[in-house]
Amino acid sequence: MSAIRMPEPDAQVLARRAEIIAALEKILPKESVVSTPTQLRPYETDALTAYRQTPIAVVLPETTEQVAQILRYCSANKVKVVPRGAGTSLSGGALPLEDGILMSMMKFNRILDVDLPNRAVVTQPGVTNLGITREVEHAGFYFAPDPSSQLACSVGGNIAENSGGVHSLKYGLTTNNVLGLEMVLMNGDIIRLGGKHLDSEAYDLLALLTGSEGLLAVITEVTVRVLQKPEGQQAVLVGFPTIIAAGQCVADIIAAGIIPGGMELMDNLSIVAAENYVNAGYPTEAAALMIIELDGPQAEITDLLAQVEAITQKNGAIYQRISQSEEERALFWAGRKSAFPAFGRLAPDFLCMDGTIPRAKLPEVLLEMEALEQKHGLRCGNVFHAGDGNLHPLILYDANKPGDLEAAEAFGADILRLCVKVGGVLTGEHGVGIEKRDLMPEMFSETDLAHQERIKCAFDPHHLLNPGKVFPQLHRCAELGKMHISGGKLPFPDIPRF
Amino acid sequence: MLENDKVNGGAHPASTVQAQEASIFAPQNTQQVQEVVAWALAQQQPLQIEGTGTKLGWGRAVELPHRLTLKNFSGIIDYQPEELVLTAKAGTPMAQIEAALAEHGQILPFEPINPAAFASGHGEPMQTTGTLGGVLATNLSGPRRLKAGAARDHVLGLTAVSGRAEVFKAGGKVVKNVTGYDVARAFCNSWGTLMIATELTLKVLPRPQEERSLCVLGASCETASQIMSAAMASSAEVSSAAYLPDFVARRLASNPLADMGSLTLLRLEGSSGSIAARFRQLQSALNAYGEQSTLDASTSGSIWRQIRDVVPLALPQTCLWRISLAPAHGHRFLQALPHSLASGYFRDWAGGLVWLQTPTEEPEGETIRAALHKAGGGHATLMRAPLAQRQQQQVFQPQPAPLQQLSQRIKQQFDPQAVLNPGRMYAGS
Repeated sequence: MSAIRMPEPDAQVLARRAEIIAALEKILPKESVVSTPTQLRPYETDALTAYRQTPIAVVLPETTEQVAQILRYCSANKVKVVPRGAGTSLSGGALPLEDGILMSMMKFNRILDVDLPNRAVVTQPGVTNLGITREVEHAGFYFAPDPSSQLACSVGGNIAENSGGVHSLKYGLTTNNVLGLEMVLMNGDIIRLGGKHLDSEAYDLLALLTGSEGLLAVITEVTVRVLQKPEGQQAVLVGFPTIIAAGQCVADIIAAGIIPGGMELMDNLSIVAAENYVNAGYPTEAAALMIIELDGPQAEITDLLAQVEAITQKNGAIYQRISQSEEERALFWAGRKSAFPAFGRLAPDFLCMDGTIPRAKLPEVLLEMEALEQKHGLRCGNVFHAGDGNLHPLILYDANKPGDLEAAEAFGADILRLCVKVGGVLTGEHGVGIEKRDLMPEMFSETDLAHQERIKCAFDPHHLLNPGKVFPQLHRCAELGKMHISGGKLPFPDIPRF
Repeated sequence: MLENDKVNGGAHPASTVQAQEASIFAPQNTQQVQEVVAWALAQQQPLQIEGTGTKLGWGRAVELPHRLTLKNFSGIIDYQPEELVLTAKAGTPMAQIEAALAEHGQILPFEPINPAAFASGHGEPMQTTGTLGGVLATNLSGPRRLKAGAARDHVLGLTAVSGRAEVFKAGGKVVKNVTGYDVARAFCNSWGTLMIATELTLKVLPRPQEERSLCVLGASCETASQIMSAAMASSAEVSSAAYLPDFVARRLASNPLADMGSLTLLRLEGSSGSIAARFRQLQSALNAYGEQSTLDASTSGSIWRQIRDVVPLALPQTCLWRISLAPAHGHRFLQALPHSLASGYFRDWAGGLVWLQTPTEEPEGETIRAALHKAGGGHATLMRAPLAQRQQQQVFQPQPAPLQQLSQRIKQQFDPQAVLNPGRMYAGS
């Protein structure tokens, strides 16, 4: 294991391993409690594969009541719990704890209610992102968040991570597309939020749960809204001689009042990697490639295409191709969506970063990143959700080369610090997990983090649910609860009053 | 309210403010907000939090001697149109924000309700009042919420002071961010009871070039549910959909269709070419539902503003409820109500938002919530009522015990001594 340390396992809990497994087997059928080393191996990691830990056991409940019973038992016996969906997290959100159990939600795999008049789907959390769309596409509907892992990732995981995708500028992240959920707190309380209606009656707990990375509650049911597909979609590939020109083109399109369905940017290394991988017809000579997707009625697309073309020409585009069929549009995207595996061919390993920056800072950040390549002696490619400023630098390394992983992690940390420095954030859609946990103080002060931890304390005061993630340091809730009031007199003679 | 208070003169040295006196604090920066909350904690005196006070008549009524107003804490801090991001101080008037956005052809997509016009009978364009902080603290969004999302969907980050008198920030200033809990979004609809936001960052969008509305005439409430569902199931990208029964339609100002019975209105926005194509599509998708008519841009704009501000239900001496429910269940809810209560209403958000006016000063909360439960659930909030009713009634939807306890624990974490707007949402919290 490398730079990121996990909390020391509790020896007392480890010593009770057999007893814990026996207790879990009383709650669940025997086959739903996994505890042999061979069976546990597939659960050791998620998609942040550099980190692995073996839990005490994996439990696979299939009812909300079972989840509540397990959590009540674990609460009473101070056993930590890590929830897991499909295990596609890129930030280590589902990394098990050695002194905890892993709760896999993959037996919650049924869609419960497809309600098209209300444009809502009620589903169990283990259903895949694409599984929802498949259930409603016969009527022209789809579930808008489209992370690249949508074939595999679960909707429960989408909520935990507030997943985005290439269409999120126009159609929102998961948080903008969730209507309700059922969840179980660590104390066993079963709580329903929302439903098929819009907005919360009081505090917006859906907002807190979405993106909470499995630290607040275990989600056992989800209601999402589905949208009607736009009438048509057309994508344009545009090549540029410099990445700066492409960045300016992005700004100009937005400034013209156009919000494309998707707007992606790839640098030359990514273009070449993707082209070699899927033969999407990308111009490998271009320094930067934009994919712009326009959607709506054909009249609107045609009109927008003309406007976009004028803007790309003005910015010195050297290549342009407009999709002429649904197959061709899918091919344009296939290159972009396979960028991660394509990079897998360029080097034995790569780290995928996920900062967001104000779009205008793109040239500055890219220049600085070139300098960082020199500093760390590693190559880095860039794919970029240009519409919303979400950067995915891919750092190439070789885990078998001593020191390479550490160098890649240091490079990644430098990139994220740079994102924060220019006014951006540590993560746009992959989550903090363990990967960016120790960088949180780059963006948040101790007081900022304390207020976030207080949310955690309201849900899970003993830090039993997915501890060691998101927060660089765990404070006892009792300690966070103390008030530190300075003074008592009113020390502000200059505040105007009436 | 001002005349009833003993008001401290501005010349007083602030440190002489006694807990027994009524006072209005008007801090001008985050540090000063923090100092007022520290004072409230030390004196164990709760604060009533307000902007320009336009929503003091909404929600649960609290009348506290000490008030903190953010109206002197105003101004746009940063606005970059090409980033689609705006940061402003919480006390910035909405009119100022909307004017700054308009200069660059942009808008707040969620179409905030104008508190000055709200249920007042003024349906024509007037400057939106209230402050940015107030709009977000109450998460009240207009007809375009259906397509564009609510106020809460547009919040990106904030700086705030909690009931612990600590300044903190949450979220960021970019449109895509999942770093840490989404505390900024959770500020929305907290009605000043968790934190006092001092600076807020929002996502903004280009203003649609044009609008036009298709109108289906004379549908029943139940058929309107089907019409709106069918419209939302088409690719026409309907941005707002409402049903106005005939007696409500007749109360609209400048409505050319006032004598045509009930109106099922569907708004399309975008470029003219796009609207034309989608309009044709919508017309044919709704062909089976009876006679159709069209509202041009200016009539459409005027009518949707009146719907946004609930102008047709502007009758004094009545109570006004705001009910959110599954859109296709709206008619079931209205059918489940006693006939005497189901007379003054209209439906927005494709049927998912019912504005209901109860005919007397009696709010009838239990009856309304029982009917809502029968129709499949949702939530009902008492928006306008005589003061005494807003003090005694369950203004916000009661929550099941585990959820209520969880909400209480969050309140205690952020405001352990309950100095921020106690009782504004629920009694005793």
